[in-house]
Amino acid sequence: MEIPENVKKRLSIPGEEHFYAGHTACQGCGASLGLRYVLKAYGRKTIFAIPACCSTIIAGPWPYSALDANLFHTAFETTGAVIGGIEAALKARGFKVKGEDGIMVVGWAGDGGTADIGLQALSGFLERGHDAVYIMYDNEAYMNTGIQRSGSTPYGAWTTNTPGGKRHFLEKRHKKKVIDIVIAHEVPYAATASIAYPEDFIRKLKKAQKIPGPSFIQLFAPCPTGWRSPTDKSIELARLAVQTAYFPLFEYENGKYKINMPSTKKEPKPIEEFLKYQGRFKYMTKEDIEVLQQWVLHEWEKLKKLAEVFG
Amino acid sequence: MAEYKPIRKVVSGNYAAAYAVKHARVEVVAAYPITPQTSIIEKIAEFIANGEVENLEYVPVESEHSAMAACIGASAAGARVFTATSAQGLALMHEMLHWASGARLPVVMVDVNRAMAPPWSVWDDQTDSLAQRDTGWMQFYAENNQEVYDGVLMAFKIAETVNLPAMVVESAFILSHTYDVVEMIPQELVDEFLPPRKPLYDLTNFEKPFSIGALGTPADYYEFRYKIQRAMEKAKEVIHEVGKEFGERFGRDYSQMIELYRTEDADFVFMGMGSLMGTVKQAVDVLRDEGYKVGAAKVRWFRPFPKEELYELAKNVEGIAVLDRNYSFGMEGILFTEAKGALYNTNAKPIMKNYIVGLGGRDFTVSDVRKIAENMRAIIEKGELDVEVDWYHLKR
Repeated sequence: MEIPENVKKRLSIPGEEHFYAGHTACQGCGASLGLRYVLKAYGRKTIFAIPACCSTIIAGPWPYSALDANLFHTAFETTGAVIGGIEAALKARGFKVKGEDGIMVVGWAGDGGTADIGLQALSGFLERGHDAVYIMYDNEAYMNTGIQRSGSTPYGAWTTNTPGGKRHFLEKRHKKKVIDIVIAHEVPYAATASIAYPEDFIRKLKKAQKIPGPSFIQLFAPCPTGWRSPTDKSIELARLAVQTAYFPLFEYENGKYKINMPSTKKEPKPIEEFLKYQGRFKYMTKEDIEVLQQWVLHEWEKLKKLAEVFG
Repeated sequence: MAEYKPIRKVVSGNYAAAYAVKHARVEVVAAYPITPQTSIIEKIAEFIANGEVENLEYVPVESEHSAMAACIGASAAGARVFTATSAQGLALMHEMLHWASGARLPVVMVDVNRAMAPPWSVWDDQTDSLAQRDTGWMQFYAENNQEVYDGVLMAFKIAETVNLPAMVVESAFILSHTYDVVEMIPQELVDEFLPPRKPLYDLTNFEKPFSIGALGTPADYYEFRYKIQRAMEKAKEVIHEVGKEFGERFGRDYSQMIELYRTEDADFVFMGMGSLMGTVKQAVDVLRDEGYKVGAAKVRWFRPFPKEELYELAKNVEGIAVLDRNYSFGMEGILFTEAKGALYNTNAKPIMKNYIVGLGGRDFTVSDVRKIAENMRAIIEKGELDVEVDWYHLKR
């Protein structure tokens, strides 16, 4: 569909579509929306590496692809290494990589493939300084294999291997803070983003494109199937995650922290706001909710201090 | 075509590999250190530091698994890529070896044969590379440093022709750290022999986007496997042609996948792979002088497996002593299994016995070959085996 010029001017999100209808994502899938935004931001002169994750399936089986860009499907733990290899080959062959007119090399991996099995390759990628972008889409569990806990699963969540029930067997550990691990590598650019705030996400993608060296974006992407939430609530849940400070939006750029709007507008909403609609939290006791609330506020205070001192 | 005047250098097997990488104009090297492989990647780094190579991206990864993953990414993006490893490192790469062949990427690597732990060992043993038998990689076993150098150059040409990865295998320390004269080929002649890679597909082609390695449903997966086998069969022809061309250009003929040494009128032959075959050839000369009618059959390429050449050999001998510096637990030496299996449905049925030798770097000498020859002669005279698998060095 042709977008009228006057509408185009108002849009901060590129109108071009490079993610085709006919992909195989579930209804309300946050990850597929995120992938669509990435393709809008970077266009087809992009090489994706996607490991084992929902997006392997979403992109479609051979010989199909829902992505209007080149895509290399790779092994679960290798995203960081593969995008490093692609970038090295492009450089050896004399191509311009990153920057406004360069080829974009993008790793697109889930939280399991990033926080857990792929953490070592991610670390190697960051530490060696490749000119590529690594995007972790965070739906807080292994959704493709059927909702098992990952390092990114939050405290109190039901998953198929932290099943709740009579004996309290819910996830007992807080969400692994992958972005903090990334920042510890002193990367030039790292940010969190949410599918509920596409302008912010696309701005960050564009920034990651311009800044030389490795960039990392942790994208919050609800999964109705795994979260046991209504398919029309994904955006709302993603927004509530920001508003409750459960998943604040911020950037880390050359040593400086910056909390992004709308995270700082008001005091965080109570965590219950985020927990609602989600069957995965239904086993939590009042005490559990309080534990999670305290953790969220503690982390939020920590982030605010970082932004204050290193802003 | 320029006239071939070899450049003679005294180098270790590892340096021979590094020089071959330089001469092949490799574009990406991703590597992780492991003894006794490390001096290969050190030498390549030195070439870069000295400005002896251009357009070579060196990716010092954080593990062998990532080394192979980075090679795969780089190869998919159209570059000529190389890595090297050994033993535990190769085992860690195992998953990605399947990825390289499945995605039809002509990655070339040198594996320095080293025994698997525990107990820790850094010495020669072929079990590490042979355990990768079913990954879809071609495997070339070098007898000496010259064959390491030649093997790497040929491996690139063969791999890039059939779109399968290839492994050049050399012995820990016996070759990797032992210096010998290697005849190297002037750069312009290597360039003629090995032109720049023309990738089967290239991720830098944005005209018509495509994806590699997507989900293969039961309706398609089967045919992907069949095509790999077809490529392996084609590789036999390509190996023959490239090996012949190498011989014509540079005087060392590699057209045969099994190198035969004094087998014409042999009663029985010693069959094996890698550096131990140097010892065997030397022993054959000694034994011939002593009246034994023996020869050596050095299996150069283990994958694809030279069934046809083995059959031609087996028709004309009474016995084959298969020397395995490796072991498949619960069965026998791996080359032994393969060789017996290849002959089962033929009418060539020489007596075959398996000698397990040199595991974990145990010394293997000319006098060992003589003892094996005595044993083989007795078996052939009697017409029956004493034991099928002989743990030759066992302290009894």
